[in-house]
Amino acid sequence: MSTSPLHLPDAEAQCRALAEQIRPHLTPDTALVGIYSGGAWIAERLTQLLPLPEEAGLIDISFYRDDFAEKGLHPQVRPTHIPFEVEGRKLILVDDVLYTGRTTRAALNELFDYGRPAAVELAVLADRGGRELPMAPTYCVWHLELPRQTCLTLKRDDAGRLSWSVEDHA
Amino acid sequence: MRNPQLNENGELTHLLSIEGLPRHILSHILDTAASFMGIADREVKKVPLLRGKSVFNLFFENSTRTRTTFEIAAKRLSADVINLDITRSSTAKGETLLDTIDNLCAMHANMFVVRHAASGAPYLIAEHLKRVRHKNIHVVNAGDGRHAHPTQGLLDMYTIRHYKQNFEHLTVAIVGDILHSRVARSDIHALTTLGVPEVRAIGPQTLLPAELAKMGVRVHHDMNEGLKGCDVVIMLRLQNERMNGALLPSAGEYFKHYGLTPEKLALARPDAIVMHPGPMNRGVEIDSGVADGKQAVILDQVTFGIAVRMAVMSILAGN
Repeated sequence: MSTSPLHLPDAEAQCRALAEQIRPHLTPDTALVGIYSGGAWIAERLTQLLPLPEEAGLIDISFYRDDFAEKGLHPQVRPTHIPFEVEGRKLILVDDVLYTGRTTRAALNELFDYGRPAAVELAVLADRGGRELPMAPTYCVWHLELPRQTCLTLKRDDAGRLSWSVEDHA
Repeated sequence: MRNPQLNENGELTHLLSIEGLPRHILSHILDTAASFMGIADREVKKVPLLRGKSVFNLFFENSTRTRTTFEIAAKRLSADVINLDITRSSTAKGETLLDTIDNLCAMHANMFVVRHAASGAPYLIAEHLKRVRHKNIHVVNAGDGRHAHPTQGLLDMYTIRHYKQNFEHLTVAIVGDILHSRVARSDIHALTTLGVPEVRAIGPQTLLPAELAKMGVRVHHDMNEGLKGCDVVIMLRLQNERMNGALLPSAGEYFKHYGLTPEKLALARPDAIVMHPGPMNRGVEIDSGVADGKQAVILDQVTFGIAVRMAVMSILAGN
């Protein structure tokens, strides 16, 4: 069951609000790393909105998931691409939804295989509660509580516009 | 009968042969391999996918390159790798293949990488594991007799896709001793499955199997004719031991007719790539001018082979 996107906040406006939250904390060596796929789209938006020296890095955490033994390899793995030195940098990890915290943990593990960053922050559009690990966002524009069976996902249409979708799984 | 390589959900659980695998499984392996390519350039050249898993390399037949690349691939996936020196082990003392396997299962093996001179040995092991209900132990065929060498076939496909982007308009020639070549067999199955419209086999009558036409392959005995317009030329090693039989007159004679020289390569398309599974016999099937030339991608095949073997092992381990 899908609810109309009208009841959900405008994801494009949320991207702009997220950029404004981040702006005062930018340093000359800040770089973004977006987590596929939603986080990568948001990182792309933030790169347009903020004065950043480089394009964003993109990370696919499939090789670092902690549920590999149960679920196997994701059918569509995309190459992680980090076009800058991670060593000593201030990084902002970007994702669409913060939920259990397991994706964030996997992304941190992967980042550290590229080098030792000076600091890592976390920027998300939505924090839906339900944490299973001690993780908290540094920047977040939408706090909500959703039951376990509800799936909140960011979508991108053919024109590149971002929007939210909510589905209930029985 | 279900393909013995697939589980009840149709997912790949052993890699025994390319024959009978659907295109989407081959494409998934190649796509996954592409994601592994960047790992060699990182600070830490490992991902944790197979952490805590034990991969046993069982090479009943020698092969330095294949065994080494499987070992590197498993280590880059964080697996523990155990190389068994079979020639000095219990097999030499008379233990049967399946007794060896049972013993290794008792040591909590998670994956066997098997090279064997007998066609079908990896299949026998996979069937045995099913019979004794070890459904979480996976088998990778690293070359069995004249039958199949699926990871070589896949790394060849990866190489072709890397240089030619897609398979739909290609003409690919395989040259040499196709009769005794498990690489050729795996390549032919992979090429036709991935949609290559023209696969050619070039070689003397005595080294080409009779069933090639049935596999959708066009046969050429004249190399000059067969190379015309090719996008990809796959050279096969001429196994020296064949020289002693009645199949060939001499190495010199063979080179004259089927050795790849710069002059013959000029008949293929100007952007054609030259591949070889190694080890090469310079001056027998390939001239040094070609082997070291701009169109040769032979060392890239070795590099791609690591990523392809990582992809195969991680997909199997997850299914």
